[in-house]
Amino acid sequence: MTSPPVCSTSIRLEDIDKRYGGLYALRRVSLEVAAGECIVLAGRNGSGKTTLLRIAARLVRPSSGKVSFSNVGSEQGGAKHISFVAHATMVYDDLTAEENLLLFARLLGIAQAMQRVEALLREVGLFDRRNSLVRTFSRGMRQRVAIARALLRAPGILLLDEPATGLDPQGAGWLADTLRRMRDAGCTIVMSLHGESEISALATRAIRLDAGAIVADTRSGADLRSILAFADA
Amino acid sequence: MWKRGFVGAAVLSLVAASAYASFFIAPTERTMGLIQRIFYFHAASAWAGMTAFSVCFVANLLYVWRRQPHWDSLGVSAAEVGLAFITIVLITGPIWAKPVWGIYWTWDARLTSTFVLWLLYISYLLLRTLIEEPDRRALLSALFGIFAFLDVPLVFGAIRWWRTQHPAPVIMGGPGSGLEPTMRAVFFFSVFALHALMAFLIVERYDLEKLRTELDIVRREAEAL
Amino acid sequence: MSLFANTTVLLGKELRTEFRSRELLTTTIVFILIVLVLFSFTFDPLSDEARRFGAGLLWLAFLFAASLMLQPCFLREQPNDTLSALRLSVADPFAIFLAKLAANTLFLLLTELLLLPIFAVMYNVQVLPVLHWIVLVFFLGSLGVSIAGTALSAISAQARMRELLLPLLLLPLLTPILIASTEVTSALLDRSPYVPWKGVGFLVAFDVVFLTALWLFGEYLLEE
Repeated sequence: MTSPPVCSTSIRLEDIDKRYGGLYALRRVSLEVAAGECIVLAGRNGSGKTTLLRIAARLVRPSSGKVSFSNVGSEQGGAKHISFVAHATMVYDDLTAEENLLLFARLLGIAQAMQRVEALLREVGLFDRRNSLVRTFSRGMRQRVAIARALLRAPGILLLDEPATGLDPQGAGWLADTLRRMRDAGCTIVMSLHGESEISALATRAIRLDAGAIVADTRSGADLRSILAFADA
Repeated sequence: MWKRGFVGAAVLSLVAASAYASFFIAPTERTMGLIQRIFYFHAASAWAGMTAFSVCFVANLLYVWRRQPHWDSLGVSAAEVGLAFITIVLITGPIWAKPVWGIYWTWDARLTSTFVLWLLYISYLLLRTLIEEPDRRALLSALFGIFAFLDVPLVFGAIRWWRTQHPAPVIMGGPGSGLEPTMRAVFFFSVFALHALMAFLIVERYDLEKLRTELDIVRREAEAL
Repeated sequence: MSLFANTTVLLGKELRTEFRSRELLTTTIVFILIVLVLFSFTFDPLSDEARRFGAGLLWLAFLFAASLMLQPCFLREQPNDTLSALRLSVADPFAIFLAKLAANTLFLLLTELLLLPIFAVMYNVQVLPVLHWIVLVFFLGSLGVSIAGTALSAISAQARMRELLLPLLLLPLLTPILIASTEVTSALLDRSPYVPWKGVGFLVAFDVVFLTALWLFGEYLLEE
C-alpha cells in the first residue's frame, strides 16, 4: 500500500503568461489550489492545459508571473515534492522497469530504494515483468511504470496530463482507485482530462481553460458536469 | 528621421576623413611602401570587430539574466556588424600579404585566429536561423554566444603558441608597435572613426531587428486566427 | 541528494545504457579507423613527415568522431521526455551535465586508447616510452571535447538540422584543444625529451573555463 503523503502542498499561480513568439499559450492565469484539493482541468486541445501543468511542475518557465508552493503538515521539514505524469512516459525504453524505478528512487534519495521499488512494482501489477525492458511493454503497462515513478516518493502534489490516454477500462479503473487513495490521504491532485469518466468523478473542483485563460471554475459557482461535458466542444 | 541622416553623414565623414588621413597624412612606411597604408583600415577594423563582439557578449549575458527581447536584438545586431568588420580584416590581410610576402595567406597567428572567430560567429548566426521559436532562439543563441566569446582568448592564445612552434610570416606587426607619432595618430583616428561607424551600424541594425520582431509577432497572431 | 551522489547514479545509468548496446562505442571506433585509413591515402604514410602529421590526423579523427558521437547525448532523452523526469528528480541540474560529460569523456578515452596501438603500428611510432603523458593528454583533451560537446549537444538538440549543426558549432570552438593536443602528442612521439607543460596547461585552462561556464549556465540549457 502506498504510504500516505505526510505533506500536502498547495500551489499558487499568479498572473501567469506564457508566450511563444507572439502567441499566448496562457494569458494572465491566476489559480489557487488548496492543499488536498482534487482538480480537473478541462478544455480543448491547445487550450493551455499542458502548458499550465508543466509550469506548475516547474518544467516550463513562465514568460511572466509567479508560481509558489506551501506545505501543510510535514514530516520531512517542509520539503515539497512534486510528481508529474505527462503524456509521454518519462521512463527509459532501454532499461527494465526495475532499473528505471531504481534510478529515479536513488536520484530522489529514497532510503531502502530496492524495497520501495519492489513494493511499488507489486502494487502496479508489474512485479513479474520487472526485469523486462520497458520497450517491450504495452501502452497501458508503460503508463503504470510512469505512475509508479511518480509515486516513488509520496508527493505533496500530483500533476497529471491526460493520464488515462491509452489505458483500457481495467487500467483506467486501477488508475481511478490509485488516485482516490491519494486524494483521500490528503495529496493535492491536479489533472487534465478529456470528458467525463471514473477519474473525473474524483474531482472536488473543476476548471475549464479556453485559449489560454480560465473561463469557468466550480469554485465560482460553475457547474461541474457542464465544464466536463463541453471539454471537447 | 533627418536626425538619423545627419548622424549617418557625420559618421561617414569621419570614415572618409580617416581614409584621407591614411593615404595623405600618414608618412610612407620605409620598407613596404604604399600597401602599408591598408594597415590603418585593417587593424582598426579588427578592433571595431572585437568591440562589437564584446557588445554581443554583454547583450547575451543580459538576455540570459533578464530575458528581455531587446537584449537579443542587440546581440544579433552586434554580431552581424562585428562579422562585417572581421570580414574586412580577412580581406585586407591577404591584400597586404600578397605584394609583401608573395602569397595571399600566410597562416599568420592573428589572421588565423580571426578566421576561427569569423567561423564562430557565422555559426552563431546559422544557429539562429535553425530555431524558429523566438524565445528559444534568443536563449540558445545567447548561450552559444557566451561559450563562443569565452573561447576567443583561448583560440588566440593557442594559435599564437602554435605559430611560435611553427614560425611563419607575420603580417603587419603589432598595432602601435614601431609606429612613428604621426602614424600612431592616424591609426587611433581610424580606430575612432570605425568605432563610430560600428556604433551607428549596430543602432541601425537594432532598429531593423525590432521592426522585424514586431512584424513577426503580428504575422504569427494573424496566422493563429 | 547531493550533487556527487546524483551524478554517480546518473553516470551509472549512462554507462549501463551504453554498455548494454555498445552502439556508440563500436560505431565511433570504426569511424575513427576509417578516417585514419582514408587520411593515409593523401600522403606517404611511411615518410618521416608522416610521423609529424600523424598526431594531427589522429586528433582530427577524434574530433570528427566526437562531433558525431555526442549527438545522441541529449537527443536520446527526447522520445519519452526522460529529460523532464531527470529535471524533476535531481536537486541540481548540473548533475545531469556532469554525468553525461563524465560518460562521454570515458567513451572517448576508451576509443582513443583502443585505437592508440593501431595508430602506432600504422604510423610506426613508439608510444610506450611516453605512454603516461599520452594518456594524460588524451584524458585532458577528451575532457575538454566532452564538456564543450555536451553543452552544445543540449543546444543543437533543440534546433533543426541538428546532425549538421553540432559539428558546425563544436569544431571551431575546439580549435584550442586540437592545437594543444596535437602539439603535445606530436612532440611526445618525436621522442625528444619533452615535458609538455605548456600544452597540458592549455588543456587544463580550456577544461576549467568551460566546466565553469557549464556550471553557471547549464540549467538554462535545459529550460523549456
